Amino acid sequence: MSLSAARPLDPWRWLGLTSLQCVILTLLFGAPMRVFGLQLPEPVFAMIPAFAWAVIRPSIIAPFALLFIGAFTDIFWGSPVGLWSLSLLVAYGTVLIMRNMLVGQSRPMMWAWFAVACAIAELAGFLFTRLDAQASPSLVAVFWQFLATILLYPFAHRLIDRFEDADVRFR
Amino acid sequence: MALRDSPFGELKVPLALTAAVALLVAVVVAVALLLSDRRETFQTEAYGVTRQVGDAVAVPVSGAIAAPGRWGGVGLENLRGYFFAVSENRRLKADLKEARQWRDVAIALRDTNERYKTLLGLKTEPPIPMVAARTVTDSRGPFANTRLANAGKEKGVKAGNPVMSENGLVGRIIGVTTGASRILLLTDVASRTPVMIDRTNARAILTGDGGPNPKLDYLRGQNPVKDGDRVLTSGDGGVLPRGLPVGTAVKGLDGRWRVVLASDSAPIDFVRILLFQDFSQLANAKELDQMTTPPPSSGSASIGLVNPPPAAPPPATPAPTVKPAALVAKPPSPSPKPAIASSGTKPAATGPRLATTRPAPARKPVTPGAAPVAQAPIAAPPAPVDAEIPH
Repeated sequence: MSLSAARPLDPWRWLGLTSLQCVILTLLFGAPMRVFGLQLPEPVFAMIPAFAWAVIRPSIIAPFALLFIGAFTDIFWGSPVGLWSLSLLVAYGTVLIMRNMLVGQSRPMMWAWFAVACAIAELAGFLFTRLDAQASPSLVAVFWQFLATILLYPFAHRLIDRFEDADVRFR
Repeated sequence: MALRDSPFGELKVPLALTAAVALLVAVVVAVALLLSDRRETFQTEAYGVTRQVGDAVAVPVSGAIAAPGRWGGVGLENLRGYFFAVSENRRLKADLKEARQWRDVAIALRDTNERYKTLLGLKTEPPIPMVAARTVTDSRGPFANTRLANAGKEKGVKAGNPVMSENGLVGRIIGVTTGASRILLLTDVASRTPVMIDRTNARAILTGDGGPNPKLDYLRGQNPVKDGDRVLTSGDGGVLPRGLPVGTAVKGLDGRWRVVLASDSAPIDFVRILLFQDFSQLANAKELDQMTTPPPSSGSASIGLVNPPPAAPPPATPAPTVKPAALVAKPPSPSPKPAIASSGTKPAATGPRLATTRPAPARKPVTPGAAPVAQAPIAAPPAPVDAEIPH
């Protein structure tokens, strides 16, 4: 394959900047705020790159970027270090394997696949927590976080739209 | 040497394969991180330098991020106070009327309590010093329920210290660094708290599961709890003091007993970190190790004496008619059982007395050796000179 038609992606633009945005959004939503007596939801912003990066193209840096975002999330949220790193990587790996099937599908279908990826990450988190703490997390709490996370798909869609055609080798 | 000239210049590896290898390496690193994590232990070292640095950085950053929300909340509260001043005034007057009645009851009970303590020579728990702090982050997901407070090592906070809001117990400290401490909330999946039901004294373990209402596990006895029962800390295990309010018991949708946390009734913005040390931590182990055994010459006459008077010379010939029981000092008051039984109710939960003043910020951490002297700001009840409670 000739590289003449390829336009290599700038890692900073599609990996670095997205990672930074995830970190900032996680910090913002970590503020102890209540609206009308109700707590803010706690979506997993790192699911946006975990899904979008796998759909855009395979990458060597992406898994390590997810490892970093997951570790940051764990340290900031106070969960066991490695929990979200591993959960995100499991979801990323699954989407990467299914990539040929996902690419080019309609927006609602991609939203459904994003929900599947989120469910995989939440299930992985549930199982790892069960093993680590010897106790089952509340399924209702898991569901609320899942629900808050799948609402973030429009951001993942925007990321995919922006970089999907950047590298023609993986179209 | 340029890449083109190197022997590996012509080596071509499929990107998909290298990406898969990278993913595998990242997974191995993540598994190693997860296996090495020990966040819920009481060991300060287990918290790790990475977490300590992360917390120290997160406190000022999150404090700045949360500031607009905090100011907005204060502004809204002021606005509400202005518009609802009349109804608030009526409500406060009603509360004050009720509180005055309770004050009279409390004064009478305090007086009775002091008399009982004096009569029994009871040694109550010393007051617990506290540190006030503000929470700057809040994680509320299913796998982690923690908060960061802006008080740390410099104020004497240690891993294991209980944390309270103005309404009830919030959790305990699991990690401390300079200027920050991590609070493990009662709702966290790793949280286990020994509690008791105030009405029946039944013991249970409060187990968090990431939801808003933690479960009551290991309840024993027949009908030990019913809807609306108050749940307090039991003090079992010595990690938390006895009698801190936790919440009220409710039957969950899954048929299990759960607790509506008292601390949930208002936003947890400011918290009190209790610098609590249990009795085993306060005991001077060195002094106990050096305790001398009574001389063998005292014979049977010294049985039951806790501290034989050194000034009294041993009798040349021990009197055989003196019974050992006569030498055991007894309190002059009636035995504790009738006193408690006469009240007609179960013994009330003796909650710890919280110090009302905030310690100075530069206060040094209390070392276990110095604690018994430093943390006894009130005089012990005036017990009779020769009174000793037989254990």
